[in-house]
Amino acid sequence: MSLLPLIIIMLLTLGSAAAAMMLRNLIHSALLLILSWAGIAAFYLWAGAEFVAFAQVLVYVGAVSMVVLFAVLLTRRSRVDLEVPAPAMKRLFLAMFPAALIAGLLIGAVLGAFPETAPQPAPELSVKTIGLSLMGPQTASLLVIGILLTVALLGAIVIASPEKPEDKP
Amino acid sequence: MSPLALCLIFSSALFCIGLAGALARSNAILVLLGIELMLNAANLNFIAFWRYGPTHASSTGVMFVIFAIALAAAETAVGLALVIAVYRHQKNIRLQDASTLKG
Repeated sequence: MSLLPLIIIMLLTLGSAAAAMMLRNLIHSALLLILSWAGIAAFYLWAGAEFVAFAQVLVYVGAVSMVVLFAVLLTRRSRVDLEVPAPAMKRLFLAMFPAALIAGLLIGAVLGAFPETAPQPAPELSVKTIGLSLMGPQTASLLVIGILLTVALLGAIVIASPEKPEDKP
Repeated sequence: MSPLALCLIFSSALFCIGLAGALARSNAILVLLGIELMLNAANLNFIAFWRYGPTHASSTGVMFVIFAIALAAAETAVGLALVIAVYRHQKNIRLQDASTLKG
């Protein structure tokens, strides 16, 4: 199988993620990150995990992006406030150094550890199999995730809601 | 280069972009988004090993990614609620200014 689609997806995703982390305008950063998440969904489609790709599109491109955009809009004071100042040089260096170190270590380890292997057939995984697995062996984790989502969303509402005057001592 | 190695390099690079962003930026929302990128890079690894790994038996990798996406959604909701709560306190989401608990 040709690796060209993977390389295109890779360049798109990495490019938009890097640009999002470097830009100074918060809205542009959020929109570029949505593009990057869509690129990750394209990677899942390429790898044959269609269900995960659609979950990624629904959760990240659909829901998380909206939450992020609303948080950006709710935490600014004026129209010009969307531009955040560039990080200081010392802070930038202290961030880039460990990131580059870890990138070098990881990529070196990957290149050394995985020699060329024969191409394998794609594993078959239908949505029916996923559903049967979720309802069979994985039922406990599904229930725990459901409870966790409920608790987390209730907690988010409680944290973000404004304090009422009678709550104050 | 084998496809598995290319996928792993992809996820390593994405992880390090997220790490650099989370460490360098001082805006709380951008730090959260950097952490999201690192979570996504971990999910890429699960799918890569599910697709090209030595055993083809189960759907464990896909299951793990589905649960991790649900967890990441909950984490983002709570994180952004915290950002809004911090903004309500100090009218600012610079992380250097949120230093009330600093020793």
